[in-house]
Amino acid sequence: MLLTVLSILTDGLAYAAYLFIIAIGLTLIFGVMKILNVAHGSFYAFGAYGAATAVGIYFNGHDWYAAGGFLFMILVAMAIGLVMGLILERGLLRLVYGKDEVVIVLVTYAVFLILEDMVVLIWGAQSYAAYQPMVAAGSVDAGDLVLSNYDILLVVLAAFLAALAYWALKFTRYGRLLTTVIFDREVAAAFGINVTVVYTVTFLIGAMLGALSGAVMAPKISVTLGIGVEVIVLAFAVVAIGGMGSIEGALVGALIVGICRAAAVHLVPQIELFVIYGVMAIVLIVRPYGLFVRAQPRKI
Amino acid sequence: MGTRAQLLGGLAFLAAAVVAPFLPDWVVSLATIAFANALVVLGLIVLWRAGLVSFGQALYYCIGAYVVALIGRWIGFADGIVLVLLGGVAAGLVSFLIGFLIARYREIFFAMLSLALSMILYGVLVKTESLGSTDGFSVLTPTFFGYTPHGEALNLTLYWFTLAICALSALGVGAYFRSIAGALAAPVRDNEIRVEFLGVSVARVVHAKVVIAGVLGGLGGALAALAIGHVDPNMAYWTTSGSFVFVAILAGAGSVAAAFVGSLLFEAIRSLAVDLVPEFWQMILGSALLVTILFVPEGLGSLVLRLRRRKAKSP
Repeated sequence: MLLTVLSILTDGLAYAAYLFIIAIGLTLIFGVMKILNVAHGSFYAFGAYGAATAVGIYFNGHDWYAAGGFLFMILVAMAIGLVMGLILERGLLRLVYGKDEVVIVLVTYAVFLILEDMVVLIWGAQSYAAYQPMVAAGSVDAGDLVLSNYDILLVVLAAFLAALAYWALKFTRYGRLLTTVIFDREVAAAFGINVTVVYTVTFLIGAMLGALSGAVMAPKISVTLGIGVEVIVLAFAVVAIGGMGSIEGALVGALIVGICRAAAVHLVPQIELFVIYGVMAIVLIVRPYGLFVRAQPRKI
Repeated sequence: MGTRAQLLGGLAFLAAAVVAPFLPDWVVSLATIAFANALVVLGLIVLWRAGLVSFGQALYYCIGAYVVALIGRWIGFADGIVLVLLGGVAAGLVSFLIGFLIARYREIFFAMLSLALSMILYGVLVKTESLGSTDGFSVLTPTFFGYTPHGEALNLTLYWFTLAICALSALGVGAYFRSIAGALAAPVRDNEIRVEFLGVSVARVVHAKVVIAGVLGGLGGALAALAIGHVDPNMAYWTTSGSFVFVAILAGAGSVAAAFVGSLLFEAIRSLAVDLVPEFWQMILGSALLVTILFVPEGLGSLVLRLRRRKAKSP
């Protein structure tokens, strides 16, 4: 019994870490730019494929340190995210700012469709494995539980990202500018904040986080077609539970979904998929705009 | 406007019905699926007029389809007409219940919640062995009030039946658009609070739209199930909803006819693209969506209206 509870907690925590790393970029972009970025799933997929390629190059016949491979994989993925974000924001999204939020969702959906086929063009239809960093990390025995070090690393990374985001938003100059833009774009612009630059930088950070999430997941999954499709709805659920645009919301949302899913997997595996969206629906029924969202003024 | 459009629409449906026997079999079955999907798109247009986009219309599509398939499987009942109506009713009931919840939401939250609900159904279907799990199961060959066509005759009958349902739905939705509740769509989209001050319950107006869209989605799904002969959980997946939204945006909310023309075009392009350049299919889809949003934001239907307006201006 205790073992089940413990494994639910550890599995849930590992899954929550993974969800949080995906969701933080999505929620950041939404919070600042009011864009629900469906193409975030593509960032994830490109990050994962880039990481798989990087791992393939690094570990192929070399006897280098595995930690270096992990770093290399992350750097490659974030570089991909940077380039994609830059092209997308400067080349396309700039043209549709000011349109309806729902229309912008559709624009990012179109981009997502295009990028899905780009993956096939670049990497082909076969799947890739990038298990080396995870195998190299090994595992520890904690009593009757066997914990993968790689999962622990993910949890640490998620905690680090959460702390970093908190610190950057509250205590740095750029973070305060960002908070201003989040509260009111027009007033921020009137005070002399260059909103265009803030938008670009935010989108780039979000894109890099999306690619990073794909990269760190690549060793745990089989990198194959369609991974972005699944991930984007999961990230939506997490972000919607926490409240769109709220980083602490994404953290709480990830924890709720992670623990609930782990509990379902261990206790009633039939409802594994159901539980995530079920939780989301219940939360939205009680708190229509998520757990951590400020009340919006009604404009007449 | 009303009667002339009805006349034109009726003639178009008649023409579509008359040419069918002279077309190859595969064209007819393709058109059947296109018309079935057009019903779902019509529902999306009803919502889109009020500024609402549902990223979960596949929920009703899937319910309609599974009702048809399950009744056939459990009690062996195969009358197409009754089954399709039952599919519409079932989806309508579900949308009526969901409407109490979802009518409170707008914009992205409306889209997201409907997405979540459709994904719940997907999750349930995938994990339930007795409902066929991921493979789904096949649908019984339909009969029509004792008439049991086979092969080509079945294909044609199904096509005509689909056309009839489509024509009736088009008529109904057209009448709805001209009614007061339908005309309130644009004001709701522009400024809800003012509509409330007029003494109209916006929640009720939206609820009605959700139910209409749900019934249409269920009918479309039921017809599609008969036409394809197979149902599987992917009918509830969010990418299915995405392609319906895609057609709705492409067609535009300007007219009822746009849904049918758009859906036919979409199905034609899809079968061409999947045949010729399967690896670029989604890319073509995405590019077309981008071009539409950037350059023809009112949808392709608006091009016709624009042309007509220009003609009216010139002496």
